[in-house]
Amino acid sequence: MIWVLGAIAFWLAAWAVNVRLSHSPLMAHRAGRLLVPALFGIALLVLWEGVVRGLGVPGVILPPPSAIAARIATEGPTLWADFRQTFVKGALSGYAIGCSAAFLTAIAIDRSPFLQRGLLPVGNFVAALPIVGIAPILVMWFGFDWHSKAAVVVVMVFFPVLVNTVAGLAASERMQRDLMATWGASYWQSLLKLRLPAAMPFVFNGLKIATTLALIGAIVAEFFGSPIVGMGFRITAEVGRLGLDMVWAEIAVAAVAGSAFYGLVALIEKRVTFWHPSQRV
Amino acid sequence: MNRILPVLTVIAAIVALWYAAAVWMNRAWVYDQAARDGAEVSFLQALPQTMTLERPVLPAPHQVVAELVKSTFGMKVTSKKSLVYHGWVTLSATLLGFAIGTGAGILLAVGIIHNRAMDLSVMPWAIASQTIPILAIAPMIIVVLNSVGVQGLVPKAIISAYLSFFPVVVGMVKGLRSPDAMQLDLLKTYNATGAETFGKLRLPSSMPYLFTSLKVGIAASLVGAIVGELPTGAVAGLGARLLSGSYYGQTVQIWAALFAAALVAAALVAIVGLIERRVLVRMGMAR
Repeated sequence: MIWVLGAIAFWLAAWAVNVRLSHSPLMAHRAGRLLVPALFGIALLVLWEGVVRGLGVPGVILPPPSAIAARIATEGPTLWADFRQTFVKGALSGYAIGCSAAFLTAIAIDRSPFLQRGLLPVGNFVAALPIVGIAPILVMWFGFDWHSKAAVVVVMVFFPVLVNTVAGLAASERMQRDLMATWGASYWQSLLKLRLPAAMPFVFNGLKIATTLALIGAIVAEFFGSPIVGMGFRITAEVGRLGLDMVWAEIAVAAVAGSAFYGLVALIEKRVTFWHPSQRV
Repeated sequence: MNRILPVLTVIAAIVALWYAAAVWMNRAWVYDQAARDGAEVSFLQALPQTMTLERPVLPAPHQVVAELVKSTFGMKVTSKKSLVYHGWVTLSATLLGFAIGTGAGILLAVGIIHNRAMDLSVMPWAIASQTIPILAIAPMIIVVLNSVGVQGLVPKAIISAYLSFFPVVVGMVKGLRSPDAMQLDLLKTYNATGAETFGKLRLPSSMPYLFTSLKVGIAASLVGAIVGELPTGAVAGLGARLLSGSYYGQTVQIWAALFAAALVAAALVAIVGLIERRVLVRMGMAR
């Protein structure tokens, strides 16, 4: 019981500190703004640990964070191998192929309003479909190794990026395009100097959506068959053996990898679209 | 009206490509079979055979449609072979989860915009959670809830709720913050209370954002329900159809289940879109 009460006390204390912090002048700084969510996260972990220990929740239902951390520390090589198989080989290669294919397709159909009018509704439609379902088919076609996972990722990221890029290429204003025309700019000049830069916020929106989809696709595709390495494989295998601390360790790795991947794309976006209102602070 | 022709052209191109791919991918098996019988088949003789295989590498579109129609209308809806039965299992989990996730998401968003401490501590995590593959925990939720005795609809609905929750939170916070400073100042000069500002300005202006995230959320809910059906083994639902099809190499069944899932997803998004249009027209915000 002392664990539970202690954890709740810590939670309340952390919340009180957060309330104070959020009204303090510290919030003007970047570091200060990071402090509050960090404290909230730590309080959540402490609460989790305290409740699990205090109420004696069995490890096969919910392991405490300390057990998960211990697992991460001891199973480093396995986690690294899984990470490489699923993220680097499956998700990243599929992401690169899918996004570039979508981008090039968007540019290719840019000159044909007919194709755009046809492809956009279809693309929007497909983007809303549960495309993960295609995983069993692609696993049959490309085998159990990472190629099939990359193929699933290609299909999953293609349409969001395509739809966003096409929408982005239409984002420049009539006035701006007319200005380019009065300067006698050719199609390619106008594309490179005006329309592509103006499309970048949309393109990056698609790329950011695609980062999450890529990881999801690579992991879920492994549920349909995989070699004996990979995050999705490890999750299903360890769930079957009730080794939930290992499952949580994999999820922690997936979470860190996913946020880092997203963060990287967001960082590039910030550099590329520094002029956009949403990037100004 | 000027959209129909281009869309039809694109769809026709896709179907044509599909037929070509079906012939190309299935012909190896046909030639193989013929060689085993010691017979020579020309391409034209092989062509019809590639479209009628029982377990093709890629079924031709008409095979999928035939299977879809057969397992939708040709069976009793209570039959385990009926796609209506499986579709309903998945749809009910989706809708329950979507309702829970959306309700909780809107409540949290309201809390976030009214409490600065909550905003600063929860919002970064809500945004960060969109970047992590939450779907990966689906098998664990199913198995853990199963071991404490919760089975069937609820575990899947929890996954669905979880997936639709964060898009709604993020979209709703954005929407509730969308009135600009000028409008908020105006309400302040009118001496409006917090609740009045919320009801008359923030909530109405959040509607376009809400519906955008609802469309994302309901599609995510469906994916969650389908994936939630995988770890229990092939019991019931569209995900189970996919899995059992992949176990037994029934490609036509996989494609039919995939099409059924696509139709359900399209219908759900279309319904949300329809409500969106009605609401926005009513509120004078339709573009």
